[in-house]
Amino acid sequence: MSLPRTRLEGPGGEVVIADDEPFVLIGERINPTGRRRLTEELIAGDMTTVRDDARRQVEAGARVLDLNAGIPGFDEPAMLAAVVRAVREVVDVPLCIDSSTPEALEAAVPLAEGKVLINSVTAEERSLERLLPLVARFGAAVIGMANDEQGISMDPERRLAAARRIVEAAADHGIDRADVIIDPLTMPVGAASDAATSLLATVRLVREELGVNVSCGASNVSFGMPARPEIDAAFLAIAIAAGMNAAIANPLHREVRKAVLATDVLLGRDPAGARWIADHRAEAAARGG
Amino acid sequence: MAHDLEILQQALIAADPGEALAATERLLAAGVAPTTILEEGMAAAMFELGERWKRGEAFLPEVVASAEVFKRCNELVEPALLATRDPDAEANALVVLATVKGDLHDLGKNMVAAMLRTSGFDVLDLGKDVSADRIVEVVREQAPQIVGLSALLTTTVPYQETVIRRLEDAGLRDAVKVMVGGAPVTPEWAERIGADGYANNAPEAVEIARKLVGAPQ
Repeated sequence: MSLPRTRLEGPGGEVVIADDEPFVLIGERINPTGRRRLTEELIAGDMTTVRDDARRQVEAGARVLDLNAGIPGFDEPAMLAAVVRAVREVVDVPLCIDSSTPEALEAAVPLAEGKVLINSVTAEERSLERLLPLVARFGAAVIGMANDEQGISMDPERRLAAARRIVEAAADHGIDRADVIIDPLTMPVGAASDAATSLLATVRLVREELGVNVSCGASNVSFGMPARPEIDAAFLAIAIAAGMNAAIANPLHREVRKAVLATDVLLGRDPAGARWIADHRAEAAARGG
Repeated sequence: MAHDLEILQQALIAADPGEALAATERLLAAGVAPTTILEEGMAAAMFELGERWKRGEAFLPEVVASAEVFKRCNELVEPALLATRDPDAEANALVVLATVKGDLHDLGKNMVAAMLRTSGFDVLDLGKDVSADRIVEVVREQAPQIVGLSALLTTTVPYQETVIRRLEDAGLRDAVKVMVGGAPVTPEWAERIGADGYANNAPEAVEIARKLVGAPQ
């Protein structure tokens, strides 16, 4: 089955997630979870790090930016709106609005300009009912996490069933299949040896059975391991080969950025290696070489 | 005995179940107090492992494996511990622990469970990905003094509030103290959702639990 093309758009133009397009790296850095300084700045209304991270990630090859402003106990709608405004001052790529709170999405999505990706719904009835009407109204695309009321299963078939529920519910809300991206859920390989293989199996199943694009939060796979960027890089290469066309990851790690570019060359998504060579020259120039 | 405590510590850190269980059995057979085995052998090892984790010297598969061995040693020690416990001690309070629904991160919660047990609390660990329904049901049936809620994701932290509201709806909120924890959780959040306590790590969770049941510090 040929997959539909998921089109996102920012003021600078569109980005397409599809088999015959370059892999789409969604920059993960603008997220206060586990980032003490960013958390303190967001609480103080200081957008310095947000702007820096936006600029640096796009320079490093992020083609979409994930924006998260979830700090328990604080005003997420206001904070997320402020983050979107700050990011829009410095970059023009499409945005991935990372919130499961309708109020925060209402506040942030209209400021994002263009066609956004909403991150995320789950297969839980409550999540689907609360968020899909908003996705439809904003004409947005949406990431569906493959877990349901029963929680997160390690069984690819159960994840597929959750994904199917999301795809069907989206259709009921008039959302185009092309605008649904399934996240098969990345678990740390350090906690379960089959975390990555079961994810890859889910990627293949979701593509074959549901015919939708697949994305994931890649960095979680290496949680608790040494040399995380190297694991993330290898993971991205095999996930892309299995049919994943986008992922939320950290482009500021050179290993990650290079792995994505190299995989595109190897899979014929970078004709004549033009982007690979351009990246090499840009690095050489930056070194003063 | 000191030697076997040392062996137990090293075996736990190395996640060697054979050595760890054998040392635990020898210590119990020699009549060493179960609290001593827990505190000076098992908890000391997990504390050391936690320090190595923080320094980036121990890694997730190792911690998971050690936690598993800890659990098995604990199964040996727990019956002895219960047999020696002073039934009148205030710290004999029951604590129900859960990682909230949608969240599979249970290492921190398991450490809290172990530390609480070590400190003389009875612990009923409901596991991970636990629904508010289940927690309400257990609070109703077991009447614990404390419920501890762990959440490691920004998307699951709000569920701590859901559980508290559900306890209120069930008319059980005043019957139990609620403490919350997890990496994204802050003291401000705990206060806002009306939790009775917040802990940043396992030893702190024990302190807070003691405070909540009015035990001497």
